[in-house]
Amino acid sequence: MMTRFLWTGMGRNLRLFVLLVLTVGIAVPLLNVLMPQGSPLYVPSYVLQLMGKYLCYASLALAVDLVWGFCGILSLGHAAFFGLGGYCMGMYLMRQIGTRGVYGNPVLPDFMVFLNYKELPWFWYGFDQFWFAAAMVVLVPSLLALALGWFAFRSRVTGVYLSIITQAMTFALLLAFFRNDMGFGGNNGLTDFKDILGYSVQADATRAVLCFASALALALFLVISGAVVGSRFGKALTAVRDAESRMRFLGYRVEGFKLFVFVLSAAMAGIAGALYVPQVGIINPSEFAPGNSIEAVLWVAVGGRGTLVGPVIGAFLVNFAKTWLTGALPEVWLFALGALFIVVTLLLPKGIVGLWAQIKSRNLARKAVSA
Amino acid sequence: MNAPRSTSALLYLSGVTVSFDGFKALNNLSLLVEPGEMRAIIGPNGAGKTTMMDVITGKTRPDSGEVVFDGTADLTKLDEADIATLGIGRKFQKPTVFENHTVRDNLLLALAGLRRWYRLLLAQPTKAEHDRLEHILDIVRLGPQQHMLAARLSHGQKQWLEIGMLLAQNPKLLLVDEPVAGMTDVETETTAQVLREVNKSHSVVVVEHDMSFVRALDVKVTVLHEGSMLAEGSLDQVSADPRVIEVYLGR
Repeated sequence: MMTRFLWTGMGRNLRLFVLLVLTVGIAVPLLNVLMPQGSPLYVPSYVLQLMGKYLCYASLALAVDLVWGFCGILSLGHAAFFGLGGYCMGMYLMRQIGTRGVYGNPVLPDFMVFLNYKELPWFWYGFDQFWFAAAMVVLVPSLLALALGWFAFRSRVTGVYLSIITQAMTFALLLAFFRNDMGFGGNNGLTDFKDILGYSVQADATRAVLCFASALALALFLVISGAVVGSRFGKALTAVRDAESRMRFLGYRVEGFKLFVFVLSAAMAGIAGALYVPQVGIINPSEFAPGNSIEAVLWVAVGGRGTLVGPVIGAFLVNFAKTWLTGALPEVWLFALGALFIVVTLLLPKGIVGLWAQIKSRNLARKAVSA
Repeated sequence: MNAPRSTSALLYLSGVTVSFDGFKALNNLSLLVEPGEMRAIIGPNGAGKTTMMDVITGKTRPDSGEVVFDGTADLTKLDEADIATLGIGRKFQKPTVFENHTVRDNLLLALAGLRRWYRLLLAQPTKAEHDRLEHILDIVRLGPQQHMLAARLSHGQKQWLEIGMLLAQNPKLLLVDEPVAGMTDVETETTAQVLREVNKSHSVVVVEHDMSFVRALDVKVTVLHEGSMLAEGSLDQVSADPRVIEVYLGR
């Protein structure tokens, strides 16, 4: 039943795209690890690392699109779920450092010793176990989404007001995590990671596996999202997006639908954040900056809101442009981002995927006329 | 508060008053609709027709008065989703179909039965649903358009789709708000036929301005004025009533 659920939701295009993601996710790490450095097929380590980052961003974009594109909830705080997942992973990685820290304390991470902590705060318990941290990566963002969604959706907070609430949530987290007495390392965050599951986070092989894991997660999220939006639930979900009160009069309890996708989306964002942190080697409060959430929304808008492939394409393109521009012309990037926002809003309301569909249908129409 | 009174009427309104900032949209309104009946409600602008629909569907709470459905259910205490589940379906003045869904999916979403999100995740189409959809598509004359996006339907077709969606909920009572506004004469005539067909198996309350349409329906008419009932009877009876003439022509 589960396989049928997952399979029937996927159209042919989505299946192909999932295969593409998996192929890239396998080929790039393998070419990095197996090919000798001089070979033309060799993928440099920095490309591997970038690929891993982009894959995590793509998962975040997909999470944003699931609530925004398919349910009309414009979340301007999704980076908060990403960041919380990242912090959960970061806490695990901190506990793995053990006596190799600067102060050599077997239990307390360096920053706690520095801040005169006498013992480990209770909320750090369990994070020395990977399974516990992995569970928290999913649970913490999900529970926050559940709590926020429960109150917001039941009170029928929609549209721009909901966006403001989500933005306030991530801003509140930003301020809270900046504080040293929160016990999460203040503005330095968590860093200097040594190893994950016993393997060095610096090693190419570990990076290769993390990159592959990120691709696997993205592929899984695509399949799950495809199944959800392709089911009858998905039809109801887009109907809620288009005419919420109409759905209420049809007897649907709209809150349940919204809450389910919001929590699912938060869990996806959390996992993406958890995979992101060991690859970039740091997590600090700047991940909660409101701008990050807005950028994620932009990826979705560029790629194509309300499609599953679009956010992935958008996340890759915008981040590739960002990597390239911030290297080549650092002062131009913010202007480019602003210009992109204007162009997409004015000219590409359905993003790149929408443009492609438009060209295709125009060609079809032309063929029909000439035939 | 007394226990809701038990009545044989399908819909029972008694002494219903609704005021907005001191303006009485409904003023001590009473109305009875029998099971299986089709009733037309007419009245000038501001007579309270839409407010009455809002009260019945739970969108607006009355300040006072009783609203009883199906003998026992006190509608003043239930919310929209409860009332819809109970068996009251409403068609809005402005057609609000799901434009990005096909005609068939619109009807599928409206189909009585599955409503909970967790049930819908794994729901598969059944034979019974298929038959019911075909039947409704026949009644509202949209069989050929079933795979079209609802956005591409004409105005009249959208109204029929709405009626079809109401029918799909299999309600005991259909509330239909101005179904023929903006329709051509032919479409208006067809709509009257559709509603008469619907009335074979369902009770219907229609709010409408268009007199030729009300005449085509050929049912009992209630005239509302300033939030209360002015007259009731056949269209010929009420249109001969001097008070009705005064309200419609007097000012």
